[in-house]
Amino acid sequence: MIALAAIALCTLAAAAVALALRDLIHSALLLIASWVGIAAFYLWAGAEFVAFAQVLIYVGAISMVVLFAVLLTRPPTAPVSPARSGRAVPGFLAGGAVLGLLAGAVLSSPLPAGTDATPAFGVRELGLKLLVPHAGALLATGALLTVALLGAVVLAAGRGKEDAP
Amino acid sequence: MMHLPVQLTWLIPTLPAAAAAVIAVVPARRPGLGAGLALAALAGSLILAVLALGGALADPATRLTHTFTWFAVGHGAIRLGWLLDPLGTLLAVMVAAVGLLIFTFSLGYLREDPRAKQFFCFLSLFAGAMLGLLLANSLLLLFVCWELVGLASYLLIGFWFQRPAAAQAARKAFITTRIGDLGLLLGLVWLQDATGTLLLFDGGRGVLEAEALSTLAGATTVGGLAVSTAIGLLLFCGAAGKSGQVPLHVWLPDAMEGPTPVSALIHAATMVAAGVFLVARVFPLLAADLALPLAPVHALSVVAAVGAVTSLFGAAVAVAQDDIKRVLAFSTVSQLGYMMLAAGTGAWTAAIFHLLTHACFKALLFLGAGSVIHATHHEQDIRRLGGLRERLPVTGATFAVGMMALAGVPFLFSGFWSKEAILHAAHGWAVSQLPFLVALAAVALTAFYMTRLLAEVFAGAPRGHGAETAHESPAVMTIPLVVLAIASVSLGFLGTPWWPWLQRTLDPTFKAEAGGAGLMAVSIALVATGILAGWTRYGRHPRSDARAPDPLARSVPRLHGALAARLGCDELYAATLGRLNAALAAAASALDRSVWDGCVRFLARLGVYAGIVSRETDEKALNGGFNAAGDGLRASGRAYARTQTGDAHGYVWMLAAGFVLLALGALLGEAR
Amino acid sequence: MSPLQACLVFSAALFSLGLIAVLVRSNAILVLLGVELMLNAANLNFIAFWRYGPTPAEGHGVVFVVFALAVAAAEAAVGLALVIALHRHQRNVHLGDARRLHG
Repeated sequence: MIALAAIALCTLAAAAVALALRDLIHSALLLIASWVGIAAFYLWAGAEFVAFAQVLIYVGAISMVVLFAVLLTRPPTAPVSPARSGRAVPGFLAGGAVLGLLAGAVLSSPLPAGTDATPAFGVRELGLKLLVPHAGALLATGALLTVALLGAVVLAAGRGKEDAP
Repeated sequence: MMHLPVQLTWLIPTLPAAAAAVIAVVPARRPGLGAGLALAALAGSLILAVLALGGALADPATRLTHTFTWFAVGHGAIRLGWLLDPLGTLLAVMVAAVGLLIFTFSLGYLREDPRAKQFFCFLSLFAGAMLGLLLANSLLLLFVCWELVGLASYLLIGFWFQRPAAAQAARKAFITTRIGDLGLLLGLVWLQDATGTLLLFDGGRGVLEAEALSTLAGATTVGGLAVSTAIGLLLFCGAAGKSGQVPLHVWLPDAMEGPTPVSALIHAATMVAAGVFLVARVFPLLAADLALPLAPVHALSVVAAVGAVTSLFGAAVAVAQDDIKRVLAFSTVSQLGYMMLAAGTGAWTAAIFHLLTHACFKALLFLGAGSVIHATHHEQDIRRLGGLRERLPVTGATFAVGMMALAGVPFLFSGFWSKEAILHAAHGWAVSQLPFLVALAAVALTAFYMTRLLAEVFAGAPRGHGAETAHESPAVMTIPLVVLAIASVSLGFLGTPWWPWLQRTLDPTFKAEAGGAGLMAVSIALVATGILAGWTRYGRHPRSDARAPDPLARSVPRLHGALAARLGCDELYAATLGRLNAALAAAASALDRSVWDGCVRFLARLGVYAGIVSRETDEKALNGGFNAAGDGLRASGRAYARTQTGDAHGYVWMLAAGFVLLALGALLGEAR
Repeated sequence: MSPLQACLVFSAALFSLGLIAVLVRSNAILVLLGVELMLNAANLNFIAFWRYGPTPAEGHGVVFVVFALAVAAAEAAVGLALVIALHRHQRNVHLGDARRLHG
């Protein structure tokens, strides 16, 4: 429990500071830290494969894309993006309301206590699950990733001169 | 005496690494804070390392190990560990001590640099990784630290990245060592596959213990090589890259673009020694195939051959360099070749002995060079130096001590004893006498070029503005020089033939062999010849001005030209590997453009034709009826469009509000 | 609070943080990152329910998360490509300026 509390605290703190900072690069770096925290949570929960997938996909790949996007879209004179707008107060209210609702629902629900033993569900079992009952979904995911990649390339590449302002 | 429990070994590398992390976030306005932290952390590591050495020396025959599970994947687990044995702890003490002196020196050297904070951050990272490398009991942990050391080296060589040459050198160092590291990684993967573990010592199951070694030596692979030979050679690739052995030496001279303390710490005393350390560490693995008389090649023979070639190559090229740091860099290449030669002939204790002494006197020489460069406002060309003997008395005296240690002046200086041990080992090698002869030639050349360097820099009259206005460096820079000079003299007595304490400590089975007086006489004669030749050419009649040609260039211009151009290695690589790379890229591009583009264009053409056909049918058959329906839809659409503000935030707001309302409703409904 | 509830509250907090980012920030990249955080929070729930649920040996939660991660990767790629396209059109990534789709 103490480990969980520490992981949760680090993750949430990193995410909160990331979303409040003005400099996007710092935000992105802190978000990467928070993704690492989530991977640590997966490790804590005994889902090693998911933890490594999280590190590979989020910490490795998505973070790079985010950093590139930040660098590519930074205004040349770098006026920092306005951090606060008129929506700040209602935004925090709405977020707080959602948090309150969710937490209230969780705490008032009769959830099973569960066991403390880490489930015996290793990489081998996961592989069997993915390749035998979910093989179709796996193929579909592959196709989805390919299409998304192509789409992203097309979107980001534009159509040459006609798109330039 | 108190000993460090092996469970706490992790503290030694973690202290500097943590200091690096903290320095990274302290404000850049306070460089003194960062430097102080770095020094304090490394001093702590030094104390701990000394305690660990005490523990390891108390009983050299048993190895203190501490193994822990890093993480479990599937049914296996990746285990890492720490190891306290005389080899690792002795080098850890050396790294921490030399590092501490160099950190102190850097205080003075980088006083005016605005990015001194980053410098100490990188230095601390380097020290932490290096200490971790030395104390790891797992080749995987060693590899992790190995790569971290490479990263720190990259950052430090490119510290003055505004200079294109520095950025270029950093890239070159990183890529060249990566080539060697690829071999190391492949070796590790193979080793893990063959033995199921990467722990060095694991109560009989480690890769360096009898059981695994006999398995590895027993199996054969392509070309009749024993598996242990193949793995050993792959590991040696990594060692050769890190230690600047021919043909992967090209990065080391260029690495001198970094600040001089970096050259002293990384490219002379510690990091480049990591390759030699690796060879010494996995020596049982490399030696496992010696029991197979029919093997086509023994791993150690390759090591010895590469070392011999490197030692001669480095010494020869150093003769014709004009940059004070380049001379020292090629001398480092040559000395590392010596160490590899010693390890290859089986005398890995001699290699480590030379590593220790070389670390001291080469750090001394580099810091001395740094002091000269600092005093003469960044003048590195020895043709424009000269006459610094009176102007820089402390630097000059300590530099002379370092020079004599490197050249192997007999009896008093440490370099003599360690070099003697290596020559002795090479002489006694059963396979071939060729490396021994090569090493003898390198001994003479070493004495020659070091005399040349000393004479050009310190004797005669100043030949440039920088040298004329030079003044002695501050105490924070000269004190490390004096300490290193004392160490350069005294360290040698740890391993003399009459009292080989060091060799016996490192290897309890070491037996001192009698004889060798004749050999010693030969090598003393060679050193004397080299120094005399250097003195007659450079010292007796110092050149009058900076443009006067080198005496060697006058007598043998062809040879001198070739050596000055470093025997064309860089050009050769650019002409072959670089060309090959460019050609492959061009071929891939052509393939892309002609073949794949053609396919894509064909498909696109097909699409266009299908479109034409479809348009014709559309306009004729379908349009009529739909136009009317379209008008009706458009009118209703226009009415609905008013609600679409196009503001993405607005939509999210509606979503959030809707969710809260729905959830509230659900909760209230349930409560009722 | 049982461990399961602790995990769920953790994920709820992360989700709310993501939501606040989406609602408050006007930079398209940060909004996207907020969405990523919300997605991660959902994944946390899957893992928590798998860990403390009745049939952990079946591994439904893990399988779900593996697929969700793949989809999230696709989403991030397309989303950030959209941001770059947006930047090309209006020279900034301010979401409030992107109203060409208004009715």
